Amino acid sequence: MSTEKIQAELAKYEASVEKAVARFPERPHLPEQRLYTPLDIKGDDYADEISFPGVYPFTRGVQPTMYRGRFWTMRMYAGFSTAEESNKRYRMLIENGATGLSCAFDLPTQIGYDSTDPISEGEVGKVGVAIDSLADMETLFDQIDLGKVSTSMTINAPASVLLAMYIAVAEKQGVPADQLRGTIQNDILKEYAARGTYIFPPRPSMRLITNIFEYCSKNVPKWNTISISGYHIREAGSTAAQEIAFTIADGIAYCEAAIKAGLKIDDFAGRLSFFWNAHNNVLEEVAKFRASRRIWAKVMKERFHAEKDKSMMLRFHTQTAGSMLTAQQPNNNIVRVALQTAAAVMGGTQSLHTNSRDEALALPTQESVTIALRTQQIVAYESGLADVIDPLAGSYYVEAMTDKIEAEAWDYIKKIDDMGGAVAAIEKGYIQKEIQDSAYKWQMDVESGARTIVGVNKFQMENEEPPKDLLKVDEAVGERQKAKVNAMKEKRDNEAVKAALADLKKACQDENENLMPHILAAVKTYATLGEICNVMREVFGEYEAHVSL
Amino acid sequence: MEKKIRVLVAKPGLDGHDRGAKVVARALRDAGFEVIYTGLRQTPEQIAEAALQEDVNVVAMSILSGAHGHLFPKVVDLVRGNGMTDTLIIGGGVIPDGDIPALKEAGVAEVFTPGTPTSDVVNFIKENVKL
Amino acid sequence: MDIAKELLKGNRLALSKAITAIENEYPEATEIMKEIYPHTGHAYVLGITGPPGAGKSTLTDKITRAYRAQGKTVGIVAVDPTSPFTGGAILGDRIRMNELTLDAGVFIRSMGTRGSLGGLSHKTADAVKAMDAFGKDIVIVETVGVGQSEVDIVKAADTTMVVLIPGMGDDIQAIKAGILEIGDLYCINKSDLDGADKLVREINMMLDLDSFMTDWRPPITKVIASQNEGIEDLIGTVEKHRAYIEGNGELTRRRTKRTRDEMLDILNSGINNFVKGQIVDSGRLDEYVEKIRAHDTDPYTVVGGLMDEMLKK
Repeated sequence: MSTEKIQAELAKYEASVEKAVARFPERPHLPEQRLYTPLDIKGDDYADEISFPGVYPFTRGVQPTMYRGRFWTMRMYAGFSTAEESNKRYRMLIENGATGLSCAFDLPTQIGYDSTDPISEGEVGKVGVAIDSLADMETLFDQIDLGKVSTSMTINAPASVLLAMYIAVAEKQGVPADQLRGTIQNDILKEYAARGTYIFPPRPSMRLITNIFEYCSKNVPKWNTISISGYHIREAGSTAAQEIAFTIADGIAYCEAAIKAGLKIDDFAGRLSFFWNAHNNVLEEVAKFRASRRIWAKVMKERFHAEKDKSMMLRFHTQTAGSMLTAQQPNNNIVRVALQTAAAVMGGTQSLHTNSRDEALALPTQESVTIALRTQQIVAYESGLADVIDPLAGSYYVEAMTDKIEAEAWDYIKKIDDMGGAVAAIEKGYIQKEIQDSAYKWQMDVESGARTIVGVNKFQMENEEPPKDLLKVDEAVGERQKAKVNAMKEKRDNEAVKAALADLKKACQDENENLMPHILAAVKTYATLGEICNVMREVFGEYEAHVSL
Repeated sequence: MEKKIRVLVAKPGLDGHDRGAKVVARALRDAGFEVIYTGLRQTPEQIAEAALQEDVNVVAMSILSGAHGHLFPKVVDLVRGNGMTDTLIIGGGVIPDGDIPALKEAGVAEVFTPGTPTSDVVNFIKENVKL
Repeated sequence: MDIAKELLKGNRLALSKAITAIENEYPEATEIMKEIYPHTGHAYVLGITGPPGAGKSTLTDKITRAYRAQGKTVGIVAVDPTSPFTGGAILGDRIRMNELTLDAGVFIRSMGTRGSLGGLSHKTADAVKAMDAFGKDIVIVETVGVGQSEVDIVKAADTTMVVLIPGMGDDIQAIKAGILEIGDLYCINKSDLDGADKLVREINMMLDLDSFMTDWRPPITKVIASQNEGIEDLIGTVEKHRAYIEGNGELTRRRTKRTRDEMLDILNSGINNFVKGQIVDSGRLDEYVEKIRAHDTDPYTVVGGLMDEMLKK
């Protein structure tokens, strides 16, 4: 059909809509455009903008066959209490068919404090597992073959230390570092912007990150050295376009830092990975995933002049949106998670964590975790969504939405470029402010009823029974962990610890030194995470947050 | 005389999730309150001292890390220990229903869980604050 | 609690309650001020002002730490704007000073401008006096310099520091017009950013044009507050200015003028209260207006009578 013909038909349709709307008014608060037609995507050049799976700009996916070869990695984020408890949960997940591990660490570990530090009081083992030293890491992966499993660790400010511990455990198991597969999150910029578990100021943090890039490219080549995360930006309240824009801006900053440190783009870019949120609006999310791949490919090719295809591919892990889980009628969350899973799969994710129904209330129980994993398996094996590659391509709506989100994201990226890049934009508080404004608008829309959340502001149940059998982390965990750390300290060679820490300090002071070998050496002496981070605090100082409301 | 409700919005502990705290802070401002926001990683001692220096009528805390059972009561004790007997102390976050009675017993006037409209928080403060 | 007595004994909660009384215009505020007034005059008052985003709170934090290192105690009054639409405010300055919270030698109080612009400078000045009487060696008043009211607030200071940052573009023109002329000192924060030297030149040019210039030429100090760079130099210029105005009698002149302004302020607000209470709120105003409109009397006679009545009270 020619454009003119479509326009003519569209005009007729619009006229009929006018009559229909007069008789049956549409629901309030809907997106402005009600229908998408070929006119909305006529600007797209198929070869340049959409193309084929595994082909630049990778809009349709990063592999030629996608899930027809292998499903995404079903990777369930877990960890709580002590290393023993978490080890049990990991082995349960592997027995149930999970194909990758994902470690959650408690807050003291994430912020580089020992369980024995007064500031850790009340937090030990709460949101994840407490890791104080190599001893805990050995327990955490007991009877799990690190040569076979791929492990993702949600760790950022002290990522170098946890990675070093992982390498050391593998060495003890007899697994060489070049066989290790997995990911460390290692994305400090989003910690400043959205998640809050930072330690050091931007400059030394960026150095640690580039040190890891360099070290892994030589010694742990299969390791994903960073998971540049939009997930938490979205959780903090951003829109879909902001999620990918701010994250890709962070990605640009990491590449620039690595290049400045002397690395070549094609030597490290292939090991960069991303982490997206799967939110409630299924089609918008699919469009977001597609747009993110296209933007990143263009950034890598046009800005950084990458030559390898692998450098231009945006590979990503996805987690369903924790902030969209409701405490009310928690079983409804199973359905939400199923839809979010569908979005992630139709968007071409490489791995997926599905949240459990009870996570707006507490850490998930074993039963809830199993349902969440089964949700992925049902989508994979029964729904047919994984049988054809990029099934929504060509939908007028999804293609138009992909273009729209891409355009919005580019606007933000340009704005951030003008400010001097992501680090400067974060230091100015710009990114934080944009996220907060979106979060506030969302909340006000929920409160005014412009946005409906089932069970929360509509279809509530009177006298809802509070759910039973929530997971309760034993309050005595903190004391037990403290005792364990103290006992470990008595057994280790404290002179060796002292020497290793002194060596690390010296290395920190020399900006040209790669810190990874020094951290690895310290970890092997059973120096604690807190001891190692304190050495770095002494030299690097601590970050002071920029808050603007 | 121009009395204004002054509220300290605080994030005790190591939890970095401040979306809720910031949304509540803005909603309280829009309700005409003066909101003193402390930022992340505040110790109970810092929160109690800030409450004293600012002579706030309300201390509102948010925790999503599960450390509420330890930290909320500690703040209550310190605030009361400073002689601020009338200060309304409230909390919010990912807090299981089962934990709420103990927190109230410890002196937390109300606990707001996920899904609470900010207007509920505003109204609760207006109805219970002592000026 | 006897707020004034407890304040003078060093009770922090009493100081806090005194400031609340001042801020909320409680009737007892006047009594408190009377009782503590003899104990004021010891503190040196430093005003810090500048546009939003200039890093004033971080700078205040670092200056305070530097004074603490010298063993001096510090009080901080941090003023943030109240929303004219909702009457609410986010007072966020403490965030940058969290580490000072548990320092017993520091007391930080955040205040909103609360719409009552005229009364604000008066309230701030009284809050400063409360901290002075409490025994603070240095009291810092930090405020966003965007309007006349904020300018009035820093006039309560012995030394006024204007903080600017590079790269503000056209904004500087507007700010120049408003607050630049009140600076005894200029501080260029975030001076590692592009344009710091240009900003120094601009301020110098402006100072060259200042026809009221005495033999004190305001120094311009470059700092990076977030990295604690240049803070010692900055404090040095404060001390230099202090010595200068103490030496030539300017400090006494400033404080005398301040006392005079304050007294007129208090007097004016007394008259206003009388007018509002006795004439407007009581309904007498409407009666007079009615009579004047009917030409039974005239406004001059009525006001004359009211003045006599007021003076007798």
